[in-house]
Parts: sequence; structure tokens; C-alpha cells
Amino acid sequence: MEWFNALLADNRIFTPDTLGYYWEGLVTTTQLVFLSLLVGLVLAVPLSILRGSKHKWIKLPIYTYTYVFRGTPLLIQLYIIYYGVVFFDGIQETFLWPMLREAFYPALIAFTLNTAAYTTEIFHGAIKSTARGEIEAARAYGMSPGLTMRRIILPSAFRRALPAYGNEVIFMLHASAIASVVTLMDITGAARFVYARYYAPFEAFLFAAAIYLCLTFAILFFFRHLEKRLLAHLRPQSG
Amino acid sequence: MLDLHGYGPRLLEGAGVTIQLAVLSLILAIVLGLLTASAKMSRSWLLHKVATLYTTVIRGVPDLVLMMLLFFGGQMALNVLTDIIYDRYGVDWYVNLNAFAAGVLTIGFIFGAYMGETFRGAFMAVDHGQIEAGKAYGMTPWLVFRRIRFPLMMRHALPGLSNNWMVLLKTTALVSVIGLTDMVRVAAEASRATHEPFTFLLPVAAIYLLIASISEWLFAYLQKRYNVGFGEH
Repeated sequence: MEWFNALLADNRIFTPDTLGYYWEGLVTTTQLVFLSLLVGLVLAVPLSILRGSKHKWIKLPIYTYTYVFRGTPLLIQLYIIYYGVVFFDGIQETFLWPMLREAFYPALIAFTLNTAAYTTEIFHGAIKSTARGEIEAARAYGMSPGLTMRRIILPSAFRRALPAYGNEVIFMLHASAIASVVTLMDITGAARFVYARYYAPFEAFLFAAAIYLCLTFAILFFFRHLEKRLLAHLRPQSG
Repeated sequence: MLDLHGYGPRLLEGAGVTIQLAVLSLILAIVLGLLTASAKMSRSWLLHKVATLYTTVIRGVPDLVLMMLLFFGGQMALNVLTDIIYDRYGVDWYVNLNAFAAGVLTIGFIFGAYMGETFRGAFMAVDHGQIEAGKAYGMTPWLVFRRIRFPLMMRHALPGLSNNWMVLLKTTALVSVIGLTDMVRVAAEASRATHEPFTFLLPVAAIYLLIASISEWLFAYLQKRYNVGFGEH
């Protein structure tokens, strides 16, 4: 730890104290983004299948949901959930209230609903673009529609959706910065706190920007690697 | 009827701010995007590196963080500058960074990076023979750009451009955080004051949806126009 203290000795802003805020911010951001992506993904898979249904009463409500959540700013969605959650009758008596009173859970709900809407459309597009021949081959083998979906359509659709989904993950990481608006101490929240305390905008926000940049590159690298493995069959053959 | 508690006119004004902000930033972003795309395709090593750095860094950092950095940092840089002017020349000159101008500059600067990537791909998709034909007719480089490169490029750029515009429109909501009174800020203030969040936030969401729907229709029309002579796409 001595070298660490020596490193920080010459500046007044990046004390172990402020670095602690940034660390806590990193943890909050990671939790928010990871959990909303995970739940959003779980919601998006069935929704994207139902989105392609032939029945108007199944596909229309899902389309309306994705249209509204993709067509309005996430900040508005966050405000509606954050300020509006109090107005659900009786919610203050339920066991959920202690959780919902904090900013973390309304933010998590808003982010989850938002990413689920985008992911549903990404998967829907991928499912729709499945080659007819693959589906016909499955049918010729006597597979039921459910089995065709599970064994043929979904695996190939998920692979094709991978690049677009990688973009969505990065988009979500960047969008999570608005959690700081509802008083959450994420990375941006920590930067705003450091800025307000030391009146040092460049140091405070450039440091946050550097953390986000590193996270973005890590996500990019992860998806590149995944694409290389899962989309190997689509690469041009050599020789 | 919807009771807006007297916030109606302010909300409408805020909507005007949002639209002006979005359109002006779009224009700035398109200009920056064209410059970036040209820099990326130029033979100059330095221009290429600068443009790549710009698009990579901007697209790797959240809009809100960049906005705060440029807005708060810009104000501080201005303060330092005015202090120097006062010390050296004795001129007492103070500027407050205008939130609207800062918003336009920041959003335009951010989306210039995205537009740059869109335009670069579109420029590369233009058939080279067309440009050679233009040169063979004795057109100057500027005329080739105006009459051949740009219209042909737009056909490829429009889907990306439309996408960028939709994201840009939603990004304007963030300026409410750095103190600009757009419709989101008015709605948030009104929600806190009256304890009726839905009354104000839902109409604002509806306005965003309306603008998005109109733009979608407009872009479909433009797409059709730029595709004239290329059959159905």
C-alpha cells in the first residue's frame, strides 16, 4: 500500500477516499447493467417469439410495448417509474415497498423494461430472417413447431443477433449513466460528487469517462471473441 | 380534460426548445460527420488518426458524462480565460456559458462521431465508375461531390442517418440534467411540485413518440426519393 499512497501523495483530488467513491460507483453501475441485461434477456426471448405470432391480439400489444419504450427517452421512463411508483394503491403496505423506496430498484425496473424492448426487436428481426430452407428441412424431419423453434430457429437466430446484441449491451452501459439523475451513486454519480466537492470538472469527469471507455472495450472484446467462436461457420472458407 | 395546473404554456415552450435543440444539433452533427468521414478517407496519416480517435473515444463514453464534461469543464475553461484577460488587459469581461448553445455543441459533437461512421460506409459504397465519369466530364472536385458523390452516398446513408436521428432526439432529454429548460425539465419540475407525475410525463412521452413517428414517415419519403432510378429496395 505504500507505493499506492506515494502515487497519490501529490494530488488533492484522487485521494483513497474519492477513489473509494469511484469504486462503489463501478460496483453499482455493474450491478445495474448486469441485472437489467439479464432480466431483460429472459423477458425478451419469449416476447420475441410471440412478437412473430399470427394472432393480432398477441403481436399487437408486444409491438406497442417495444414501440413506446424504443420511441421515448429512457430518462422519461425512469422518471415515470421513480416518481410514479408511489401512486400504485396499497404498494406502501406490501413487502416490496422498502426496496422500491430506494432509487436502485426503480432504476433497475426502468432499465430492464427498456433493454427488453430493444432486445425483443433485435431477436424478432433475427428470427424473421431465418432461411426458409432450414425450417422446411426441420418440418421434413417431422419436427413439431415447438421443437423446430427450440432446435433450429432459436440457435441460429441468436447467433445472427449477436453483433446487434453486443451493441445493445454497450448502449445499456452508457444509458446507465442517467441513474445518477435519481441520486444513485453510480460511476457518473461519483464523478458528479467529486466535481461538486472539489470543483474540478476535468479530473472528475475525465476519470469517469476513462472507466466507461475501459468497460466498453472489455464488452467489445468479449463479443468479438464470442462472435469468432459462434459465427465460425459464417466466415469465408480459405483455400 | 387534462389539467396541467398552468404548466401548459411552459411545457409547450419546452417542446419548442427540444425541437430546436434536436434540429440544430442534427445539422452540426451532419457537418462534423461529413468532415470526419472525409478525414478518415483522406491520405493524410494525421487526419486519419485524429478522426479515428474522435469516433472511438466519443462512442465509448456515455453521452451524459461527455455533456457534463463539456458543460462544466467548458464553463471553467471560460472562467480561466476571462481571468487571464482581466489580469493582462484589465478588461472585466465575464461570460456565462449559455445552456442552449452548450447543448447544441455537445450533442452535435457527440453525434458527429456516429454520423462520421455512417457517412464513411456510405461514401465507400458509391460506385467508383460514377466518380470517374464525372471527372471525365471535366467536373471540378466540388462539383463531383455536389452532383455525384453526395446524392449517391445519401442513398446508402439514409437508413443509418434516420437511426442516428432517432437516438439524437432521445438524447436531447439529457440536457434537462445540465440545466436547460426543455420539456423534460418542465415536466419533471411540475411532477415534483404537484405530485402528479403521470399528468406531465405521459404527455411529454407522447410528444416524443409523435416526433419519432413524423420523422419515420419523412425518412421513408426521402428514402424513396433517393432511390429513384435504383428500383425497389
